[in-house]
Amino acid sequence: MGKRMKIAVCVKQVPDTWAEKRLRPADSLLDRESAEGVLNELDEYAVEEALKIQEAHGGEVTIVSMGPERAVETIRKALSMGADAGIHIVDDALSGSDALATSAVLAGVLKDRGFDLIIFGSESTDARMSVVPAMVSERLGLPQLTFAQKVDVNGGTITIERQTDYGFDSVEASSPVVVSVVEKINEPRYPSFKGIMAAKKKPLETLSIVDVGVAAGSVGTSAAWSVVADFAARPPKAAGTIVSDEGTGGVKIAEFLATNKII
Amino acid sequence: MAPILVVVEHADGVVKKVTLELLTLARSLGEPAAVWLGPGYGDTGASQLAEYGVATAYVVDNSDMVDFVVAPKTEALAAVVKQASPAAILIASSAEGKEIAGRLAIKIESGVITDAVAIAPDLTATQSVFGGSTIVHSTVTHGIPIITVRPNSTAPQAAATALSRVDVEVPVSEGARGAKVTGRTAATKASRPELSEAAIVVSGGRGVGGPEGFGVIESLADSLGAAVGASRAATDAGWYPHQYQVGQTGKTVSPQLYVANGISGAIQHRAGMQTSKMIVAVNKDSEAPIFELADFGVVGDLFAVVPQLTDEVQKRKG
Ligand SMILES: Cc1cc2nc3c(=O)[nH]c(=O)nc-3n(C[C@H](O)[C@H](O)[C@H](O)COP(=O)(O)OP(=O)(O)OC[C@H]3O[C@@H](n4cnc5c(N)ncnc54)[C@H](O)[C@@H]3O)c2cc1C
Ligand SMILES: Nc1ncnc2c1ncn2[C@@H]1O[C@H](COP(=O)(O)O)[C@@H](O)[C@H]1O
Repeated sequence: MGKRMKIAVCVKQVPDTWAEKRLRPADSLLDRESAEGVLNELDEYAVEEALKIQEAHGGEVTIVSMGPERAVETIRKALSMGADAGIHIVDDALSGSDALATSAVLAGVLKDRGFDLIIFGSESTDARMSVVPAMVSERLGLPQLTFAQKVDVNGGTITIERQTDYGFDSVEASSPVVVSVVEKINEPRYPSFKGIMAAKKKPLETLSIVDVGVAAGSVGTSAAWSVVADFAARPPKAAGTIVSDEGTGGVKIAEFLATNKII
Repeated sequence: MAPILVVVEHADGVVKKVTLELLTLARSLGEPAAVWLGPGYGDTGASQLAEYGVATAYVVDNSDMVDFVVAPKTEALAAVVKQASPAAILIASSAEGKEIAGRLAIKIESGVITDAVAIAPDLTATQSVFGGSTIVHSTVTHGIPIITVRPNSTAPQAAATALSRVDVEVPVSEGARGAKVTGRTAATKASRPELSEAAIVVSGGRGVGGPEGFGVIESLADSLGAAVGASRAATDAGWYPHQYQVGQTGKTVSPQLYVANGISGAIQHRAGMQTSKMIVAVNKDSEAPIFELADFGVVGDLFAVVPQLTDEVQKRKG
């Protein structure tokens, strides 16, 4: 056995899945105050996978999140699931950052800390870009083991099943690596009462962008390389026709499809 | 004039439908050029590209493209971008397409927009966000716009031209060869259209009741020439293979017609199908949220309604 494995999990606080999401008219940014913030669902799977690997191989799990003050709740949630320590990057300059800036900040935090595994969710439910893990891999020059439906750790060799259109690819790399997981991989645990109490005492580092070596001018709204020009609510859809099946439901659908020239 | 560069999605030497859509879109923005990454470029692919208006096809015939995950493709694409100096780069919004776009953005220092459903001549992209409730117009303000476009955003239209092939030699760096593909496992390959590209998708959920229940779903799909989809409840239960899952963590589909059978319409499912042009739902429960989205809905037992619909479709086809 070599040194203890160091695992980082990047998690994002997102508006509650069920909340109606809105852009703020003033700056076209996601209105994060109007809805309760939760740990991005896919990131729960990332935390779970890290904890499972830790249970099997030992080591330490660090939660990393970039976000406003209250994103600390999300880090605590991950700590209450069982992770060991948290790093929170919070800075007013970060508001309005695009994926490029987010990946630069995360790469800045992750780079010199000797992590063997850096685990992400495969998508955030608000941005839905699925690009941050690949971007961090690009910035750190580390192998990209993304869209994993299975992760195996064998010493320094990491093998995953990468979900594809046709099934999956088996992919292998030597650590350190960047991993992202899909929801099929495991069943996230619920924090126990003991876990919730313990989380309050776990170490939490709070960093500004200066601490992670990112220039203020390179993040936030003014530095974003893509901007929202305008937005509008989709014109409400005309209510559909709903009928009860009285023995001819199938025929009625066929008539509807014929009227609309689908068949 | 600077070309609009389209990254070709291909399988077994055949160009995928989504690429033909992107080429059609590219023609409305400028002159399309294509990038073929990996082996397989031959007469079939070349004639398809020519038919859809490609004057120049940049070909990187190097097996590293497919033997290692994403990074080599990005390096090669960056090299082609340097050579072609495009006005914009269009990539299909597949999982891998978005990863390529993200890495490329860092390499060539350009902004990136994902999941566009339309692009205006001034390169303003239209996105449909928050499960389709909001329409956003976005622009890239730095570098060469990199835009990933959802399948089914444009109807492919041919416009034949003469094509020339430009081979690009890219030495793939050692760093890009870190994640090696050691095997490929295909799930049973159906003769149906590919889920994310299909014009019609017929899906089944927990209401289908078991693997046998998917028989009626498949029959309807086949009568309509449709792809089959499933909710997570159905894929998790092992009733239907996982790669057919529609939703937030499955495929995003945007077909002309989506038929949801025995699916309640959970938010994670909606996230993958809400932008379908037309939605039909069959569900026993009149309160099921899927009916809020449906253009036409039948409250009833899918085992009665769906086979009747299949018969009727067949009858009308004659
Ligand atoms: C992180 C995360 C990611 C997820 N990703 C996805 C995703 O990508 N895709 C996805 O689909 N889900 C996803 N889910 C799951 C989602 O929340 C729902 O659990 C799932 O979509 C429910 O599937 P369903 O509609 O088939 O089942 P149910 O919600 O159980 O609905 C079944 C419906 O069938 C109807 N029914 C039953 N019998 C009949 C009959 N004989 N005839 C007609 N109607 C009948 C019932 O009235 C009911 O409305 C995700 C969840 C999480 C937490
Ligand atoms: N602000 C953030 N802080 C930490 N991790 C993040 C942040 N944004 C995105 N991620 C990670 O990147 C993944 C993909 O996000 P996205 O590319 O936005 O869909 C998420 O599941 C997280 O693991």
